[in-house]
Amino acid sequence: MARLLVYYAHPGHRSSRVNRPMAKAAEAVEGISFVDLYRSYPRHNIDITAEQNRLLEADVILFQFPLFWYSTPSLIKEWIDLVLEHGFAYGAGGDRLAGKVLMLAVTAAGPEEAYTEAGYQHYPLRIFLTPLEQTARLCQMRFSPPYVLHSALKAPEAGEVAPHVAGYTRLLRALRDDRYDFDAADRQEIVTHDRLPIRETTHG
Amino acid sequence: MGELLFLAFVFLCAGVVAVPIAARLGLGSVLGYLIAGIAISPILSLFHVDVVSIQHFAEFGVVMMLFLVGLELEPRLLWQMRARLLGLGGLQVGVTTLAVMGVAMALGQPWSISLAVGLVLALSSTAIVLQTLNEKGLMKSDGGQGSFSVLLFQDIAVIPMLALIPLLALPELAETLHPADTAGHDGADGHSSLSLVEGLEGWQQTLVTLAAIAAVVVGGSVLTRPLFNFIAVARLREIFVAAALLWVVGIALLMTLVGLSPALGTFLAGVVLANSEYRHELESNIDPFKGLLLGLFFITVGAGIDFGLLAETPGVTLALTLGLIALKAAVLCALAALFGIGGADRWLFTLGLAQAGEFGFVLLSLTVANAVIPHPLADHLLLVVALSMLLTPGLFILYDRVIAPRFHAEEEASEAEDDMPAGSIIIAGHGRFGGVVNRMLRGMGHEPVVVDYSSAQLQMLSALDLRVYFGDATRPDLLEAAGIDDAAVLIIAIDGREQITEMVRHVNRSHPKVHIIARAIDRHHVYELYAAGCRDIIRETFDSAVRAGRSALEALGTHPFEAERTARHFVSFDRHHIARLADVYDPDIPIHENKAYIEKAKQSLAEMEAELSGKGDSFTGRADRGWTPPTLEDVETVTEQSKG
Repeated sequence: MARLLVYYAHPGHRSSRVNRPMAKAAEAVEGISFVDLYRSYPRHNIDITAEQNRLLEADVILFQFPLFWYSTPSLIKEWIDLVLEHGFAYGAGGDRLAGKVLMLAVTAAGPEEAYTEAGYQHYPLRIFLTPLEQTARLCQMRFSPPYVLHSALKAPEAGEVAPHVAGYTRLLRALRDDRYDFDAADRQEIVTHDRLPIRETTHG
Repeated sequence: MGELLFLAFVFLCAGVVAVPIAARLGLGSVLGYLIAGIAISPILSLFHVDVVSIQHFAEFGVVMMLFLVGLELEPRLLWQMRARLLGLGGLQVGVTTLAVMGVAMALGQPWSISLAVGLVLALSSTAIVLQTLNEKGLMKSDGGQGSFSVLLFQDIAVIPMLALIPLLALPELAETLHPADTAGHDGADGHSSLSLVEGLEGWQQTLVTLAAIAAVVVGGSVLTRPLFNFIAVARLREIFVAAALLWVVGIALLMTLVGLSPALGTFLAGVVLANSEYRHELESNIDPFKGLLLGLFFITVGAGIDFGLLAETPGVTLALTLGLIALKAAVLCALAALFGIGGADRWLFTLGLAQAGEFGFVLLSLTVANAVIPHPLADHLLLVVALSMLLTPGLFILYDRVIAPRFHAEEEASEAEDDMPAGSIIIAGHGRFGGVVNRMLRGMGHEPVVVDYSSAQLQMLSALDLRVYFGDATRPDLLEAAGIDDAAVLIIAIDGREQITEMVRHVNRSHPKVHIIARAIDRHHVYELYAAGCRDIIRETFDSAVRAGRSALEALGTHPFEAERTARHFVSFDRHHIARLADVYDPDIPIHENKAYIEKAKQSLAEMEAELSGKGDSFTGRADRGWTPPTLEDVETVTEQSKG
């Protein structure tokens, strides 16, 4: 059993149509820790000590959020600025997160083909996530490819929400039960609900 | 005097014993009272107590109940109900009357007697049904609203019935009849010896009647406010109660004088006052009287059941009673379908109104007095009416235990996801504090019920078209009237320290599910409120003091964001400090004698000073944390790592 910590961040929770059902599904998964960041810190005054203690108690840390302007919602940035202190996460004596896994579950408004050099977003999705990837590296963590839903705004009408949410639940359970194949995941740019590298049995 | 005390003792005793038992068994208070009445009927007959005249007195409880129902019903809502009121109510009375009449004729009664019986039995029991619906919180349901429409129409229909019944008199009966004794029915029939309209021409009568109704409506909307403002200034509770009673009794009297139903008149007066800020105060003042009188009324119904007659003809009586209930239920069920009342509500409507009612007693005594129905038949019908009322609580239990759960399960399955906060809000006190809370909540589309004791404040707010109710929010009964039973949140914004604590203690005990937000006068009051059970305590001057401190720092040239962070961390430090002191706070020991408290307070003060002089690490340290740049050592470590 891996200790899984899920951080959910969406400042527009009430109007969300994909992240909200995803968060609800994550909350229902037993044996993991689920934190709604905007609920915990509605006034953005993050409790650094409490957050660092949470990180120390986890093996896998997953951030679930919608992409805002090619980046995270602002509270996650605030969280990173404050919680990943030098002397804790990096720098002299800062190795407390070494060996843990950082993963993202993001939704993007644009379609998959937009995130190419020929597409209107001009760069592959992973390029926009490199700051987070490098953050993980500096903290000596393993960065695992993100779980992604493209065309998220059109997903409800296209019937894409239910499979994505079900895949999310499978992903979280697999992470919890050590059935997620991180090495197989590394061979993919991104993971989606129909391409989840999950083993049937616990890895020996 | 002795006899009066004896009677009061017997009635109160029966009620106090039977009702809690019935309530505990989940049978409802009405059945408890009825059983109490049956239990004491031997004692009453032993002392030759005139149960019927007590019943007529107790019927005033119905009048008061309709006043209270009217208070709950704004004119706008009444207008919305008009289709159901006339359609559903009119058809129920009409169809049921004809159906009962048909059965009576089939059983060999002449048409005039049959019609009278039909009219008598078409009516349902306003007292039992409304009391039970209120008790079970079903008044606002579709079935409850439908039932109410029918009952209201019946109360109106009684008036023409009273006029119609004497016309059905049988000549051969009239000869054998002694001079009519119609006195004593002034509870509902308007045939009292006092009358303003006697001896007037038809058009004059109509004019007087219309004038009386106009007086109730105009008087209610124009006179009440200055009258109650005048009384409110005195701040004497009993005078307010007296004024409320005077209002109801006065209107009932006026209606009786012009030959209208007093129940209808007070209902109208209630509707007129439904928008008044004094509504909740009136409600909480009248409610105990209504409760006691209705209880007395139900006891007299129980005591009035003639078990001798029932023993003589058990089969016929029971068959008639059950037949009546079945017939009325069938008519109600068909009408519910016609008017789109579905699901569990249809059953509530059908079973709830299937009995005969208290107006039946009144009409029956009138029929006997006017030689419409022969005496033995009337006695029998009286028994049928009483038995059908006795069975009604049983039907409600059937609805509650068997029918509603079935439908409820279905509804729950199809319930849509919605996490918008629901439930109503009560704000106690509408001054500088409560007013801001009210405005903010209204901005989010909520409609808090505001209760305040200052009539000056109320006048100002009514001028702004904000709905506020007059009353002392610390009184439990007023909180009941303001809807604490259904409230999700209670905000206590009154001033008195003791009253705030007492209110928290009371509501926390009686309604543990209500989220209480209370204002603490100072630090020690925080501990008191915590001990009283409040978990959402707002110190009334703390936030503004912190803001003043932040302003001072900014004025001294501190960077505004740094000042903001200092303020935030001061707040969290102070919260930590207050929680630590709460552990050692003891309401029974004065602060200056509480050694543990003084010790901890000194310790906190020392920490705070260390912080301020820059030696400590809890709050200024925390304030800076996360924003200090990495050291050169950190940079070197990172560089080393990337090489290896």
